[in-house]
Amino acid sequence: MSKSNFTRRGLLKTGTVVTGAGLALPTIFTSRASAYTNEPTGDTVTFGFNVPQSGPYADEGADELRAFELAVEHLNGEGDGGMMSTFSSKALDGTGILGKKVAYVTGDTQTKSDVARASAQSMIQKDGAVMISGGSSSGVAVAVQGLCQEAGVIFMAALTHSNDTTGKDKKANGFRHFFNAYMSGQALAPVLGKAYGTDRQAYHLTADYTWGWTQQASIAAATEALGWKTVNNVLTPLAETDFSSYIAPVLNSGADVLVLNHYGANMVNSLTQAVQFGLRDKMVNGKQFEIVVPLYSELMAKGAGANIKGVYGSMNWNWKLEDAGTKAFVQSFGTKYGFPPSNAAQTCYAQTMLYADAVARAGSFEPCAVVAALEGFDFDGLGNGPTSYRAADHQCFKDVLVMKGKDEPTDEFDTLDIVEITPRAQVEYEPDNPMFAGGDLGQCNNGA
Amino acid sequence: MFGLERKDTTLFLVVIAMTMLAPFLLNPFPQGSAMAQFNAGYPDLMQRFVIFGIFAIGFNILFGLTGYLSFGHAAFLGVGSYAAVWMFKLLSYNIVPALILSVIVASLFALVIGYVSLRRSGIYFSILTLAFAQMSFALAYSVFTPLTNGETGLQVYTSDPQYLLGNGPNVTHLFGLEMRSTTTLHLGNWSFDFGVGYYFCAIIMLISFYVAIRIFRSPFGMMLRAIKSNQTRMNYTGLNKRPYTLAAFVISGMYAGLAGGLLACMDPLAGAERMQWTASGEVVIMTILGGAGTLIGPILGAGFIKYFENIFSKINDGVLHSWFSWLPDGIENFVVKVLAPFFGEGWSLSMGLMFMLVVIFLPGGLVEGGRRIGAMFGRGKADPAPAPKPAE
Repeated sequence: MSKSNFTRRGLLKTGTVVTGAGLALPTIFTSRASAYTNEPTGDTVTFGFNVPQSGPYADEGADELRAFELAVEHLNGEGDGGMMSTFSSKALDGTGILGKKVAYVTGDTQTKSDVARASAQSMIQKDGAVMISGGSSSGVAVAVQGLCQEAGVIFMAALTHSNDTTGKDKKANGFRHFFNAYMSGQALAPVLGKAYGTDRQAYHLTADYTWGWTQQASIAAATEALGWKTVNNVLTPLAETDFSSYIAPVLNSGADVLVLNHYGANMVNSLTQAVQFGLRDKMVNGKQFEIVVPLYSELMAKGAGANIKGVYGSMNWNWKLEDAGTKAFVQSFGTKYGFPPSNAAQTCYAQTMLYADAVARAGSFEPCAVVAALEGFDFDGLGNGPTSYRAADHQCFKDVLVMKGKDEPTDEFDTLDIVEITPRAQVEYEPDNPMFAGGDLGQCNNGA
Repeated sequence: MFGLERKDTTLFLVVIAMTMLAPFLLNPFPQGSAMAQFNAGYPDLMQRFVIFGIFAIGFNILFGLTGYLSFGHAAFLGVGSYAAVWMFKLLSYNIVPALILSVIVASLFALVIGYVSLRRSGIYFSILTLAFAQMSFALAYSVFTPLTNGETGLQVYTSDPQYLLGNGPNVTHLFGLEMRSTTTLHLGNWSFDFGVGYYFCAIIMLISFYVAIRIFRSPFGMMLRAIKSNQTRMNYTGLNKRPYTLAAFVISGMYAGLAGGLLACMDPLAGAERMQWTASGEVVIMTILGGAGTLIGPILGAGFIKYFENIFSKINDGVLHSWFSWLPDGIENFVVKVLAPFFGEGWSLSMGLMFMLVVIFLPGGLVEGGRRIGAMFGRGKADPAPAPKPAE
């Protein structure tokens, strides 16, 4: 069947050409000779904002993107400057970073680790991003953080609440400003104790994946220290939309508190159904039945509507805070978009500012220099009060908000009330806390 | 050459040339120009092109030849990835054992699933495979977390045993040749990236492609086509179709496993979403879009979809505004508003439209489109060399 044949002469000719080409190669090929990955050489520096634009967390992603755009505007000296005026570090002056204007590229993570990594790869390899930020799920954040560590760029994690991000999956090139499940537990437990007493039987419904588990473990540990008993913990599949079969057994279990370790649409569904089942009107063990949602977000509160009235939860930040940073941020976000920012938006804005400031203080975009500038950095004025980036695990420590569903909401953004601002000392933990143990920060990586 | 017919040889040579020159072909626009947005010649995406090409070629062996529409092929992709990452965790970052294990595991998996699913045909077969794949996804996502690391995805930690690591590199490599090392060629304003990983994947893809051609042209392939055209008749002739379909199923499972293993070799992380039904649906779309039953179709389809997913999805409102900034303000905003749903996060919408157009007007996929264009220029009737006939 073979129609064409190699000839000796043909082979020799090709051989000569190939050898010639091989000899010529070294003169025109250059390996990446810069000191670190994507060293910005022009008059701009590129950030990569990798957020979910489709899928279950698309709303969060859209709000994150708004905050990123706002932050870039402020860095480049457009708009009113937002929190740059209240930020305790004054290294930024609104002329870009180190004289370079900030440009950005966006990508869609689809809340899938694989897609998020592909998107981050293209930002690094194609667009030359020196910093990647974003993520609306801990799985995605951990995956992208790992990639950034390998590639030698900085990852500023946005919405990720799992203990693992700065626990067993922590990386030297990754930083998290958002709070975590352990902090939620520590902040919530005393408030719950005060409101519901120390003799309670808790029933947990938990989204069946890493975030759900770490949150359940954190809340159970914190409430058990209070004297509560954990009656049962039932894992629910992530894709579940009908929770009625999970809620019915709660009534017969003798429990008098239901803890919903769910997020996003899951939480909206499970809470709504629990309320429809009349759980909150029941009296069990002579006490009023209560529901707790450990991690709140404005978008979830909006989705759950009237069902969240009186339900306790925790948050990283809320637009109703009274400090100067929050006011400046809400002001400029509201002017641009017409509604108040979510706590996801605030963490994205703060992370972008923190990165830019670290670069300005370090005088270089080199990842290791930025890491050194961020480690142990104490700051204020970004909406959370005095905050510091711990060097041991790259986790921010700051006050945590305990929230409660508002009884009389005035409009669709006024759904939650701040019950307590839990001081930072109460939520702090040692880096070797068992819930965070097992990871290794490793060495910062400058890449090629 | 290569024991192939003339037409197939030409096709194979074209594919070789295309894959080897891909860094040039995919980076036609100078860096920094407005059109650079459309460049796709960076290592990660090129790797994805060829890896999903392998996945689609394998799927086509089953779907294109036997007509059995499997909706669960992503399960094999995922299993292959997990197997490969486990080899990294246990042995070392050398990709050879990883690839071998991923193919073996995927084939065993395919054998079991195929044995059960192939008792039915048509829609029942599709649903059975879909059910198995979704089951594998659910298991990987939560139940088997110790084995798969659940939602976070399986990755290699410094605390892993890695018995054979020694002083070897800490990134995936082929006997010391690091997969992520890249050489860049600068020519004027253009820059072209040559990644080791890409060329490794490309060579594997060429081998898989060659094997696929041989299968297509073999008596075995003929038998598979017979199953597609008329099963009842085959049964009456006294031929048992099940060994053939099962063999085709396992072979295509092995291709998927190989693709999954390669994905892990290029980026040592395996997420459960790789097994989700959307991933299974994606390979179906790739194959149909490119042209089911044709040799080159699935590769084209895979490239097409991955291009959309990675390049179109990054065209956000800001980019659109910069394109139309020459228009008066009001009109500019209007145009951007109209176009925005089709770009950026709306890439899947444009993709869907494209898919519908292809299915309605070009039932033979992009390959048929190519052939029609060829025919328009007058040489279509004679012998459309790069476009072999679809099966049937």
